[in-house]
Amino acid sequence: MTETNHSRHESLLNLLDMTRSYPGLLANDQINLTLNRGEIHALLGENGAGKSTLVKMIYGVLKPDSGQIFWQGKETSINSPAMARELGIAMVFQHFSLFDSLTVLENIVLGLEAREASDNLEARIVEISAKYGLPLEPDRHVYSLSVGERQRIEIIRCLLQNPKLLIMDEPTSVLTPQEAESLFETLRRLCHEGMSILYISHKLDEIKALCRYATILRHGRVAASVRVQDETANSLAAKMIGEELSAVNMTSENSPGELRFAVDKLDYSATDQFGVGLKQISLQVRGGEILGIAGVAGNGQDELLSVLNGEIKATPPSAIRIDGKDCANQGPDQRRSLGLASIPSERLGHGAVPGLTLNENTLLTAHDRMGLVRMGLIDYQKSEEFGRKVISDFDVRCHGVGAEAGSLSGGNLQKFIVGREINQKPSVLVVSQPTWGVDAGAAQAIRVALRELADSGAAIVVISQDLDELIQISDRLAAICSGALSKALPTAEVTLEQIGLMMSGVQAMDSEASE
Amino acid sequence: MVDILIPAIITIITASTPLVYAALGEMIAEKSGVLNLGVEGMMLMGAVTGFIAVTQTSSVMIGILAAMLAGAGMSFIFAVLVLGLQATQVATGLALTIFGIGLSALIGQGLVGVAYEGIPKLSIPLLSDIPFIGPILFEHDILVYGSFVITVVVSWFLRKTRAGLILRAVGDSHHAAHAIGYPVIRIRYMAILFGGAMAGIAGGYLSLAYSPLWIENMSAGRGWIALALVVFATWRPARVFFGAYLFGGITILQLHAQAMGAGVPSQVMSMLPYLATIMVLVLISRDQKKIKMNSPACIGQPFHPSS
Repeated sequence: MTETNHSRHESLLNLLDMTRSYPGLLANDQINLTLNRGEIHALLGENGAGKSTLVKMIYGVLKPDSGQIFWQGKETSINSPAMARELGIAMVFQHFSLFDSLTVLENIVLGLEAREASDNLEARIVEISAKYGLPLEPDRHVYSLSVGERQRIEIIRCLLQNPKLLIMDEPTSVLTPQEAESLFETLRRLCHEGMSILYISHKLDEIKALCRYATILRHGRVAASVRVQDETANSLAAKMIGEELSAVNMTSENSPGELRFAVDKLDYSATDQFGVGLKQISLQVRGGEILGIAGVAGNGQDELLSVLNGEIKATPPSAIRIDGKDCANQGPDQRRSLGLASIPSERLGHGAVPGLTLNENTLLTAHDRMGLVRMGLIDYQKSEEFGRKVISDFDVRCHGVGAEAGSLSGGNLQKFIVGREINQKPSVLVVSQPTWGVDAGAAQAIRVALRELADSGAAIVVISQDLDELIQISDRLAAICSGALSKALPTAEVTLEQIGLMMSGVQAMDSEASE
Repeated sequence: MVDILIPAIITIITASTPLVYAALGEMIAEKSGVLNLGVEGMMLMGAVTGFIAVTQTSSVMIGILAAMLAGAGMSFIFAVLVLGLQATQVATGLALTIFGIGLSALIGQGLVGVAYEGIPKLSIPLLSDIPFIGPILFEHDILVYGSFVITVVVSWFLRKTRAGLILRAVGDSHHAAHAIGYPVIRIRYMAILFGGAMAGIAGGYLSLAYSPLWIENMSAGRGWIALALVVFATWRPARVFFGAYLFGGITILQLHAQAMGAGVPSQVMSMLPYLATIMVLVLISRDQKKIKMNSPACIGQPFHPSS
């Protein structure tokens, strides 16, 4: 840690030996970090490495057990977010703090201190949004905005406070490549004007493109502080997870088998105005094949999953076929017995019931396929056995099958849910956001498991916002935009730019990449 | 005809006033995200306490203040249980109602049959001399005037003030409000206390002005009506006010109709206020978008700052 000491006076923020523990877990162990003025500094690490804990201490949400914070060379204790804002620290959280039923303007007012919310606020919002390329209409209600637009509200909220330090927590996880690129432009412009940015991410290429320095956390400690230009994406990843990432392309070598899952011109009109309707969705997936569906959140992904797994019934019956059998007007349980399993993106409340044990959650989807119920009675011995196998196969960290689903961390619960479905050996699997919020090691394990399932002959549809993931595992790629699905193209032939266009609703040119 | 009409309208106003208070108070609590089903109990405690204070001190202001404090005190118990101890709001609210019914009956044992002449009417000079309108609008007690004022103030507070915006935000997403740095729990305490104070005044109005006397369980379900009004009026003050008058109006009119011997079973007539109010409010408030915009998304959900 040579960097921490030399520049305490010139630097904007200095953290010295920051330590914070939770019951049974040392989340931050003597973390040192130096952030200079006008620099974009990456905070890199896997889920659970302690990034959030650290920035929460900087932003005054959490109190450190020990350690010192030097702000502009002076030792400071930051006791509340209000005090952090007072000092000139602003933060854009990964989960937006927005109010759906209020307007953009009202949301911004709520993010400011009373005295800052002056009469000409609307004019200032318009000015800032023009200056930094963050277009927004102040009178729109938040529920009607895209995720990218919502993020702009958060950023403008921060910029209105003229901060010296802007903390951004995984800002691009919900954006299209184009949106992300325009965000980078904004950040570079801010940095050019002298603002410092602490950029939390686990996307290595972004950090390569954007940041000058990186502090890498692993298991609550600083694994390395590096100049980004001296590193490659692979060496950063190695420092982050402590081993070299195997960046294998997992696209299948085998030629696809029989047509197992077919959807033909399926329409669905949204029942309430907050939902998205689906228009003329058609797709075919063969055994051994993974079809990736890209798209920005809120373009009909949730509806697509529900229609495919039977939570929403569709007409006519022939609109969806599993192994040639019409099933569009059958419910989820009937489709499950035809061999279709599904994994929704929302873990708690949709993929699993938080208040039930893992064992009981297993029964909810596996009771029929795995024969866990006989004559209406639950065979607990058999279901616990199945649950234990899922836990060991997918390395789920928990207190066994009796643990409540809600007590597991997000990543562990995701591994459990994915494992529960894959271990039922479905012939068709529809999965949404398989690795959302899961650390890199576990995410890789989940992708390998999906690939293996496909190689054993299953047809898989993966709906994801993580393009890298889709490119890595899927054989063909399509994108969903405003409820319409683009044509699927072979992943090997598609360019990032084409995917971006597909995600924004412009159909890829047939001549450029014909099947 | 005017001789019948004016007293009828005046009774409608007095019948509706307690509903306006109780429903607006509950609406503020619900806007902050808290469902307090204890309105009935808080009203009864307000009624009995206000009556005791007035008969002991013969001061109307002390009586009203006592009713308000009693309601607020009851709501404070509720607030400590649901906000401090994370108790379930529905169960705690029901318990509060049952507790209020019992406790008010106990306190009021010696009061049954005690006489009180009622809060004096304040005629507003000049305005009350206007024929027809004058006696209807400008010859009431202070609480009736107060109910008009509070409706306007609550509406203005929610729409125009920063504090009102914060209150709506807390009810819309307590996690987001907490993340920005608003004291969710403290704001909800205040909203619950306001709701309790308003319910207390509503109860006080019954025992001090409407009846005026103390009878066990004299609120007779008005607390529940107030709760229903808030929902059917989709959390909008003007509609709450309108709904309260619709209910009060039909209650009085059907009584007159019964007295005049309308050829309809009295049970059916007694159902009318409930049916008509629900139907009208459902019809005017059936816009899904408006409901989504006005209903507090967090209602009834417990919140703990650490989670």
